[in-house]
Amino acid sequence: MTTLRLIWRNRLAAFGGIVLCAVVVVALLAPLLPLPDPDLTAPAERLKPPFSAGALLGTDHLGRDLLSRLIWGTRLSLAVGIAAAVIAAAIGSTIGIIAGFRGGRIDNLLMRGIDMLMAFPYILLALAIVAVLGPGLVNALYAVAAVNVPFFARNIRGVTVGLAHREFVDAARLSGKSGARLVFTEILPNVLPVIVIAMSTTIGWMILETAGLSFLGLGSQPPQADLGSMLGEGRKLLITAPHASIVPGVMIFLIVMSVNLLGDGVRDALDPRLRSGALSRPAAATEVRRKAATPAAGAGAGPLLAVEGLETEFQVGARVYRAVGGVDLAIAPGECLGLIGESGSGKSVTALSLLRLVASPPGVITAGAVRIGGEDTLAMKPEALRRIRGARVSYIFQDPLGTLHPLLRVGDQLVEAIRAHAPVPRRAAWARAVAMLERVQIPNAAARARSYPHELSGGMRQRVGIALALVNDPELVIADEPTTALDVTVQAGILAILDGLRRERGLSLLFITHDFGVVSQLCDRVAVMYAGRIVETGPTAEVLAAPRHPYTRRLIACVPEIGAGRRRLEAIPGLPPPVDALPEGCAFAPRCDKAAERCRTGQIALEGSGDRAVRCLFPEEVPA
Amino acid sequence: MSAALQVEGLSKTFGGGRSLLGRARPAVHAVEDVSLRVARGETLGIVGESGCGKSTLARMLVGLSLPTAGRIEIAGRDLSEQIGDPAAFGRLIQYVFQDPIASLNPRKTIRQILEAPLRHLAGLDAPGRRARISELLDAVNLRAEFLDRYPHEFSGGQAQRIGIARALAAEPRILVLDEPVSALDVSVQAQVLNLLADLRARLDLTYLFISHDLAVVEAVSERIAVLYFGRLVETGPAAEIFARPRHPYTALLAASAPQVGRPLSPPAGEAQELPDPYAPPPGCAFAARCPRAEADCRAAPPPLRPMGGGRAAACLHPL
Ligand SMILES: Nc1ncnc2c1ncn2[C@@H]1O[C@H](COP(=O)(O)OP(=O)(O)OP(=O)(O)O)[C@@H](O)[C@H]1O
Ligand code: SF4
Ligand code: SF4
Ligand SMILES: [Mg+2]
Repeated sequence: MTTLRLIWRNRLAAFGGIVLCAVVVVALLAPLLPLPDPDLTAPAERLKPPFSAGALLGTDHLGRDLLSRLIWGTRLSLAVGIAAAVIAAAIGSTIGIIAGFRGGRIDNLLMRGIDMLMAFPYILLALAIVAVLGPGLVNALYAVAAVNVPFFARNIRGVTVGLAHREFVDAARLSGKSGARLVFTEILPNVLPVIVIAMSTTIGWMILETAGLSFLGLGSQPPQADLGSMLGEGRKLLITAPHASIVPGVMIFLIVMSVNLLGDGVRDALDPRLRSGALSRPAAATEVRRKAATPAAGAGAGPLLAVEGLETEFQVGARVYRAVGGVDLAIAPGECLGLIGESGSGKSVTALSLLRLVASPPGVITAGAVRIGGEDTLAMKPEALRRIRGARVSYIFQDPLGTLHPLLRVGDQLVEAIRAHAPVPRRAAWARAVAMLERVQIPNAAARARSYPHELSGGMRQRVGIALALVNDPELVIADEPTTALDVTVQAGILAILDGLRRERGLSLLFITHDFGVVSQLCDRVAVMYAGRIVETGPTAEVLAAPRHPYTRRLIACVPEIGAGRRRLEAIPGLPPPVDALPEGCAFAPRCDKAAERCRTGQIALEGSGDRAVRCLFPEEVPA
Repeated sequence: MSAALQVEGLSKTFGGGRSLLGRARPAVHAVEDVSLRVARGETLGIVGESGCGKSTLARMLVGLSLPTAGRIEIAGRDLSEQIGDPAAFGRLIQYVFQDPIASLNPRKTIRQILEAPLRHLAGLDAPGRRARISELLDAVNLRAEFLDRYPHEFSGGQAQRIGIARALAAEPRILVLDEPVSALDVSVQAQVLNLLADLRARLDLTYLFISHDLAVVEAVSERIAVLYFGRLVETGPAAEIFARPRHPYTALLAASAPQVGRPLSPPAGEAQELPDPYAPPPGCAFAARCPRAEADCRAAPPPLRPMGGGRAAACLHPL
């Protein structure tokens, strides 16, 4: 349903669809229409111009009615083109699925055969096939189908290889499926949309190719009309009776154009990436559309980073995902703040919003202020933002491969980062880069600086990621789960490096994680996030020892600890609420065993005394 | 106690052999000479870091991957003949995947997914299948209205329950759980772990629980086996192995796991990575990182030797 609507929304595709439908309906109705016999010759009536009495589109050189020939010819051309597409898709997809699913020797054999077929120019191949089989419409159909088999085989093989190693195929094997049953019930349903897309984008070509063979006299034989043969016959009279070639020419153009427009529409509508709008070009900085006036800055020397009432949402179609719903944070110079929460709680969007790195569209910052050294980044020009990014504030991400350029040596990437913010000579920059790599304990740094990212292990790459973030002596580093993808023994090393560097350079660190152990080892203060909001904050040791928010308390209880032995774990029933349908009042209320009527209405503020604060009406008692 | 699962000398080599031109292809020994015995009703935890061969071992145990060498015996039956036939294995031993969503076909409803093993492995007729499906849903605490929905409509925790229901459908005796909760949030992880514990007690199941999270493994297992670079380096009762490790690698693992209230402990020594799998060291694979390594460690891989108290370690100079 949504697919149809998406095609309809695409104007060109809808136009193509309407034209094609009209052509197909007329062609289908041919036997019912009051048309003269298309093959009936009447030499006396030859070459009548269009709009003559009794022949709306005129007649050809044998006096046959052009309108009738056009409609019957279109019918034939469409039938042959579609039949060729179906045959090519069936044979090509079968080859592709078998090759992709079986792999190994069979794959090799089949695909080398296909490669050989592709080595010939396609028109030459089609001519050769017709030459062997003899001219005729059916043989032309075979030729066009054969020429298009490789396209399907290669496409479908690629998709199948990807699917054959997916876990659900293994799961089906373990459910007792094998061989043909596995292919038909597990692989085929996932390949089918790809086959449909491939067909819709090639069917126009196949109609054109069939017409081409007929034009050369190798397809339909006289007196039978198809669009190609009509064009071929009209060509001889191009000067004296141009309408005899213009009429079939215009029809070929209409068909091929409408098929291609519709095919592109179908492809776009079925492609999940286009569907979600992910391919639209994001803006250089996240859009800011504040609903209310910016909160005024506090006077005096404030913290290095002060976030007030930050709200970021994603507007996808009619839905609004409130990923960050009013976050307040402050980090003093040299302080490390841990931001902890479950997946989907808004940690990463918060981090990215600080320097407006959230992709826009669909992301929009709708409220709040982010002050770095007193300046509001949400009010900055893109140029000013670019100067801050990587210099005063830098990021470390979970997957360093995503931030490192795959084709540049890691040393060169560091040099580039240094020279982007300061006019340092190359040599000096290279020396600084190597020193930085040494500082993050990369063994043999001078040699490793010449490696490409893929030549390094995950732990080494993350060290390069840290070096890249720290090489310009930033004041604030935002690290988004930098060790989640790493093994514990590697993680321990990375955390130690990060901790050492931040103390030695007086860095401020915003450390995002979902691991209480890591927070307790690294962070001075911690902020706990749930459903887009901070629910509790305070000094790490105090929060972990005596959590005040029911969510924090129960989340800590869920985490198993080494040395506690075999036991039943605490669990929190239910799930966090989806951020496009947050409940009123406390977002944790549906899972909270202390929830009262009051918890489900109004706004609950983050309140507290001293350096601890909690967003709860009935916070846990703190033992004296 | 009788052994539910017994494995001897299981090995898996990827690549190797010769190419068409007669050049030797590089080989990776993903799993080497692993022998295990799991008693009926027991949970054996298997821990190790990424690339140590956990998944390769698990896939061999359920028949998804052909061992290069070794023997697999389930409930006293030698399954060497059925190797390469996951359906034969599937009636005795089943697999729960790490990524719950990826293990469900996106174009099938939950009912279709659960029907497959009932039809092909258990051979049930339609009324039998219907009854069994509602039993399975009850067992994993899912509501019947989920049956006609598609996988993408489920959260990770729900999808993993469906994965567990699929694995249990044909009433196997053993479940291989390959990182079944790593993709889940802690609050949901605990729900799934408790569900697994209930099912084990109720259905008298035997578990092989694979994970990189030491605390989780310790909380669910009776015995634990530590895998490093494709080999078993230590086995022992869960209550002792991390508290008093004998193998230096187990000690390093236990010390590296971040824990509330324990200061950071950066590992000593320069090399903190696994050896190159294409050029494995001749002796103990841990020697480059091991503070206790001596010359004899580098000669030949140390065998797994009993250390008393139901423990064994593959180390020449144990702690
Ligand atoms: N098909 C394959 N071809 C070549 N090498 C492979 C293949 N599958 C696995 N390996 C290698 O075998 C070793 C063990 O892999 P395995 O997937 O079992 O590790 P793992 O412990 O499950 O890792 P993770 O925790 O990351 O899933 C690794 O060195 C890996 O690169
Ligand atoms: S506000 Fe009410 S529902 Fe929310 S956490 Fe506190 S007690 Fe529970
Ligand atoms: S055998 Fe030697 S190198 Fe290997 S773990 Fe034991 S002491 Fe260390
Ligand atoms: Mg694995």
